[in-house]
Amino acid sequence: MNTRALPLYATIVIFLLAWLLSWMQFPNILSTRVIGNLLTDNAYLGIVAVGMTLVILSGGIDLSVGAVIAFSGVLIAVLLRDTNLHPLVVFAGVLALTTAFGACMGLLIHRLAMPAFIVTLAGMFLARGAAYMLSIQSVPIDHPFYKTLRDAYYLMPGKGRLTLIGVLMLAVVALGMVLAHRTRFGTSLYALGGGEQTARLMGVRQGQTTVLVYAFSGLMAGLSGVVFSVYTSSGYALATVGTELTAIAAVVIGGTLLSGGAGYVFGTLVGVLTMGLIQTYIVFDGTLSSWWTKIVIGLLLLAFILLQKGLLTLSGRSLRKGAA
Amino acid sequence: MLLSIRSLTKTFPGTRALDEVDLDIAAGEVHALLGENGAGKSTLIKCLTGAYRRDGGTITMEGAPIDPRSTLEARQLGIGTVYQEVNLLPNLTVAQNLMFGAEPRRMGLIDGRAMRREADRLLRQYGLEIDVGRDLGAYSVAIQQIVAIARAVAQSGKVLILDEPTASLDRREVEMVFDVVRGLRDRGLGIIFVSHFLDQVFELTDRVTILRNGRKIVTEATARLDRMSLIQHMLGRDLDHAAPVTRAPDADAAPALLRIEGLGRDGVIAPFDLTVGQGEVVGLAGLLGSGRTETAELLFGLRPAQTGTVRDANGAVDLRSPRAAIAAGFGFAPEDRKTDGIVGDLSIRENIILALQARRGWSRPIPRSEQNQLADEYIRRLDIRTSDREKAIGELSGGNQQKAVLARWLAMNPRFLILDEPTRGIDVGAHAQILRLIRTLTAQGMSVLVISSEIDELVAVSDRVIVLRDRRHVAQLTGQQVTGDQIMRAIAQEGAAA
Ligand SMILES: Nc1ncnc2c1ncn2[C@@H]1O[C@H](COP(=O)(O)OP(=O)(O)OP(=O)(O)O)[C@@H](O)[C@H]1O
Ligand SMILES: [Mg+2]
Repeated sequence: MNTRALPLYATIVIFLLAWLLSWMQFPNILSTRVIGNLLTDNAYLGIVAVGMTLVILSGGIDLSVGAVIAFSGVLIAVLLRDTNLHPLVVFAGVLALTTAFGACMGLLIHRLAMPAFIVTLAGMFLARGAAYMLSIQSVPIDHPFYKTLRDAYYLMPGKGRLTLIGVLMLAVVALGMVLAHRTRFGTSLYALGGGEQTARLMGVRQGQTTVLVYAFSGLMAGLSGVVFSVYTSSGYALATVGTELTAIAAVVIGGTLLSGGAGYVFGTLVGVLTMGLIQTYIVFDGTLSSWWTKIVIGLLLLAFILLQKGLLTLSGRSLRKGAA
Repeated sequence: MLLSIRSLTKTFPGTRALDEVDLDIAAGEVHALLGENGAGKSTLIKCLTGAYRRDGGTITMEGAPIDPRSTLEARQLGIGTVYQEVNLLPNLTVAQNLMFGAEPRRMGLIDGRAMRREADRLLRQYGLEIDVGRDLGAYSVAIQQIVAIARAVAQSGKVLILDEPTASLDRREVEMVFDVVRGLRDRGLGIIFVSHFLDQVFELTDRVTILRNGRKIVTEATARLDRMSLIQHMLGRDLDHAAPVTRAPDADAAPALLRIEGLGRDGVIAPFDLTVGQGEVVGLAGLLGSGRTETAELLFGLRPAQTGTVRDANGAVDLRSPRAAIAAGFGFAPEDRKTDGIVGDLSIRENIILALQARRGWSRPIPRSEQNQLADEYIRRLDIRTSDREKAIGELSGGNQQKAVLARWLAMNPRFLILDEPTRGIDVGAHAQILRLIRTLTAQGMSVLVISSEIDELVAVSDRVIVLRDRRHVAQLTGQQVTGDQIMRAIAQEGAAA
């Protein structure tokens, strides 16, 4: 077994333990209703976190996604309010736009050899500003197609609703897993995260990979914007502030190394669900302030970073042994 | 000609790395590319494979001009390469490393199982049976190097380039690699082979091209050169030999610095006794995996010993961690300096004072004048080829980087210094210089433990040689016994016993 898989197993164990503990207190938490809600409520986060995972694997970071979600939501709402376009057409346009936006950031990062942190920070301000330009107020969406979307769910035994956006999130995770583990693009991401110079000498197309991964993250942010607008039936420029950080937290809790080169997309799903579970627990309890979510997530994050640090030291040692 | 290079030129700021170099590689030959550290060998290779853009010159392959702009393009042209400073990616699996760029697919997606099967098959040609699904980083440097070679070989349709591929391999593995290379030669590939091991050059290659300061000096059939003329062409002068060591007749002549008794650790190294004299050089000989590095790691606290003690004149020495070992005046220049050692963006000066500064603590910076003086001293003593001490270490040639890292540990001036393969990747000229430096240091009272796969080197520098086999100290040679023959015999008894 590879040591880099350890954080993933740790995450899964923690998730199951957390679930077990919650279940002993509130047996209801295992109902399909709660599970359905967990997926629905975290769909937008899960989707954007998959994009973030790939970016982080490549050794980068994308701080723009929270703002891009809000921008997409507002743009959709405004377009549906002011034009007669069908929502599907609007979605396609928005996705194309956010994908291009991500690709541009990737191009800048590669061409100018600028830190991803700076470029995507600029992207964040740009997207947030553009969202304000479109509308400062929250714009409600009352298109009939939205009702169709929200009503499209599968009723699980036990009255839980497996919604369209929940399923979409799971599909995106599956897509992310295929991309990361079954394509050359995915291997290139790990390679770049492991060492750019070596990766280049091995024949990784650095420019192409960088542009693609930020474009993918942009696409996921746009998709997340679509999902969020379905979820809230509105577009609001002030929505999803800080979502990029929550997504990063989910990725790290999911066992992906923040410095890149190691991690699993599946872990990110577990990370998102762990965070969602903590929130659900606090709602169930009713007496705890919702700020406890942040505190617990903060502690978890800290624990994971320590775990990874320890594992890195360990694998560094095992690397040195063996040779005489 | 399979491959013709004409007037290849490459300039870095302040350095003309290649100056109108011509090189012809015929189909079915192994062509050695030789030269001192910094002569331009790796630069030539990188220009040839598109890793660097050349400033001038033409490259033709089978009559048609080629101009690879990336290593990927070079590979598509049938040029497979092992680069000097690269051990592939430790965070990918062995199979991913081997097959990157040529993954077997099913329905457009990478077929993981087929990929592992193919990787396994490739490695078996080198007698390597390992779990290819594990991360490359989990394996030893030697295995990583074989994987890198296997990868290059698998990619080379027409040309195979090996830039110091055998640096961390032992005799048997080198033999295996050579067999594969000869097989490829017989199939009509052109092979470029860079090495500082001249024996290997004579054993394997058909022709030799020698570079000096970025210029081509000569191309000649290997059989028509002897060792002396080869070295002369490389250095532009004769090799000044280190004075032979005058070995003390028996081990206990020097006053003891360290008395090691029963030091050992389960599964790592069997308990051993060793007394290291003041100003003595003890050599450790043995095959790869015989426990040489492990002995060093125990002594430096990298792996705590389970049994035994180490004493000096003042009593027991605490060696539970590298920190403790450094505090006790121990130093350790590890084998894998290629990846562990250098901080590429820092200057040569900063790299040299790194360990010294760390020991003093960062709150008490070493005065700049002292830093400069130390850096200049070691640049001179180790003959580090550089325009000045402020150059980023990543811009030095591979061998010169090695010297700089070695300088870091020498600058610590420990009382007991462990050197794991101190001359790996270092040219013949500097090689002698480093051995001489070791003798100078010991004359000043430092004791040194040298681990080396080169038996000649051990004979040249050691007062005493310990031979290891199967993680056990099996023989000790002193005085007149320290000869290449005797060491070989002690190492080889494995075969006789089995
Ligand atoms: N990236 C770089 N930037 C600046 N200078 C460089 C760079 N790479 C190499 N050089 C310089 O070019 C010259 C030739 O270096 P090169 O690496 O080709 O030597 P080499 O023959 O491979 O030596 P070695 O035997 O030590 O590997 C050296 O003077 C080196 O300092
Ligand atoms: Mg070189």
